[in-house]
Amino acid sequence: MRSILTPVAALAVAASGAAAGDLVINFDDLNPGPKQGFEDAVELFKSENPDINVIVNINDREAHKTAIRNFLTADAPDVTSWYPGNRMAPFVDAGLFQPVDDVWEENGFNEDLAAIKPTMSRDGKIWGVPYSYYQWGVYYRKDIFDKLELAEPTTWDELIAACGTMKEAGVTPFTIGTKFLWTAAGVFDYINLRTNGYDVHNDLTAGKIKYTDERIVQTFKNWEQMIGECGFVDNHASMSWQDAIAPFSNGDAAMYVMGNFAVDGFINAGLTEEQIDFFQFPEITPGMARAEEAPADAFFIPANAKNVEDAKKFLAFVARADVQSQWNKTIGQLPVNAKSEISDNKFIQEGFATVSTAAGLAQFYDRDAPAAMAKAGMEGFQKFMIDPSTMMEVLERLDEVQAEVYE
Amino acid sequence: MAVTDTGTQSKQSWLKRNKLTVTPWVFLAPALCFFAIYVVIPIFESLWLSLYEWNGLYDADGNSTAVWVGFDNYVKLWGDPKFWTSLVNNVIWLVMFMLAVPAGLFIALFLNQSVPGMRLYKSLFFFPFVISQVVVGLIFGWFYNPDFGVVGSLWKAVYCEETVNIVGNLTFRCSAPVPDILSSETWATYGIILAGLWPQIAYCMILYLTGLNNVASDQIEAARLDGAKGWKMLWYVVLPQLRPATFIAVVVTVIGALRSFDMVAIMTGGGPGEGSTNVLAYYMYETAISEYGERYGYGSAIATVLFAIMLVYISYFLHRMYQDEKGGH
Repeated sequence: MRSILTPVAALAVAASGAAAGDLVINFDDLNPGPKQGFEDAVELFKSENPDINVIVNINDREAHKTAIRNFLTADAPDVTSWYPGNRMAPFVDAGLFQPVDDVWEENGFNEDLAAIKPTMSRDGKIWGVPYSYYQWGVYYRKDIFDKLELAEPTTWDELIAACGTMKEAGVTPFTIGTKFLWTAAGVFDYINLRTNGYDVHNDLTAGKIKYTDERIVQTFKNWEQMIGECGFVDNHASMSWQDAIAPFSNGDAAMYVMGNFAVDGFINAGLTEEQIDFFQFPEITPGMARAEEAPADAFFIPANAKNVEDAKKFLAFVARADVQSQWNKTIGQLPVNAKSEISDNKFIQEGFATVSTAAGLAQFYDRDAPAAMAKAGMEGFQKFMIDPSTMMEVLERLDEVQAEVYE
Repeated sequence: MAVTDTGTQSKQSWLKRNKLTVTPWVFLAPALCFFAIYVVIPIFESLWLSLYEWNGLYDADGNSTAVWVGFDNYVKLWGDPKFWTSLVNNVIWLVMFMLAVPAGLFIALFLNQSVPGMRLYKSLFFFPFVISQVVVGLIFGWFYNPDFGVVGSLWKAVYCEETVNIVGNLTFRCSAPVPDILSSETWATYGIILAGLWPQIAYCMILYLTGLNNVASDQIEAARLDGAKGWKMLWYVVLPQLRPATFIAVVVTVIGALRSFDMVAIMTGGGPGEGSTNVLAYYMYETAISEYGERYGYGSAIATVLFAIMLVYISYFLHRMYQDEKGGH
């Protein structure tokens, strides 16, 4: 038996091009910044572990999303990048990832990465290690605010009042491009987090609350008020998030509910860092604990990994405070490790202040809710944004989808 | 010696005797083989898959994680408003796409004259069929764009005035908002179909142009002597002779309408709202393969329905072909 199996196993290893001591890592971002950050980290890891032969495969983000579905079974690397929350759920449920509770235990991550722990957990186990996340919030044209003598609104009423001033001056308060749907989910998440709080967000995306629940209806009523009294740019349904930068950079619209990655887009559109600034989405329900959106990127160990020991070393390495500091300085995002240092970029500074003091971190609607629910939900959000009078119709439809998805 | 001789002889003679029966099959074999692998077997696989619930994943040992659900997917389909929207949109496509046939005919009639440079005009009319559907979709998407497209520019010229905004950049103030065709649940489908018609008309046109080459000139002359002209000439003399071309034009148009996918994907991605421009082919892709899909069983059920609809039509088509062939002999 043994004599038969060994050559087969050897063949399998040879086929994937890895031998003992090899550590195969699949990474999913080819953009120059993220690629650089990852490669620098790998170099450092190599110099610290000269006996490990690290083999790196970097793929495009979208291609990786397809490829991972095959390679986890057919030709598993030892470490792969993926997303936490519900995005990891299908792989965890199919037994394709292995738990890494021991890595967290041994390296004190339970304290240093505490904020993100619930998102990395499923079925009472921890499945990966995050290396980066970024904040969401309201990016605005500081020069327009200054001209209109507006301050950063901290409450809903202040926001609505500011919108009134902007409209009088002929400025559309918000820009957005909902062609690819997920941007609308960002707005929904924030209004919902500010109206009902973190637990309701989680219960909703976990299918425990109906969409016609009065709390969610209240969220939509606030959204309706925002559409009516603030207002978004026309034609948002035919624009991508990048297209929607145009009215913002032209000065036709003054605010944008977005993730920090958009700053690059603003700068490329010709805005200077002095012209743009950031504020946290204003409070709606007074006294509601402030939760934030902070989608994280993480590393996981496939169940079929051949070199689990070194894979765990790598996971421990990427979550280390100094590694995360350097990595996130390169890619312009926030380190997850609480002991990390951050760069002096003002958006990173504000983002860190926002996220590190948050009462809870949501991953984003389409990562917290299962795929089928997320798709239907985001379509509903877009429909509602085009025509707010469809509110109840949309919510009732989402209840139907919910009943089906979470059965 | 003698035994082996007769053995080979009889073998050879069997091959020789049946040469006419065997040869076609030998030549057909590669095609049949590929047809089976890429068409026939997948059809049965997807029929089978439609009875499962499956997110497309295998577990660590390579076993499928599919769960048998019987006809559950079809029951869900029946109660799924997005499915019905897609089906209705397919019907709209089918009806609207039929316009390509008369439109192609009239362009063909118009172009069927001997004027210097006519080949160039014909090529230009045929051009949209040559470029990829994706490109056609992109071009029409830009065409409809309310900000920088032709529609937007024309509208702005009439209803908007240029002003300076708060930071001193040029902008437009409009007395009526620019129509955003692809973001309107009512109009988006028609916008896409219009884009689809452009290459389809060219296709029908080329079919009719070749058909017109074969119209018997003596019959035209005879009809002319009998005083037929204009519509009567077209209806009673030319069109009957174009029947084969019309038949093919209708066939390719129906197929084109049923398999519409790329235009929807590139122009709206099934949106706006709850799949208001979805068609069955795109809805199948969306549920099974796209990022938020990964429901292979349900997607297969949609594919099966689409297949059944096409089957009705294809059977009729094959039946007609068969009848024609028989009549021909």
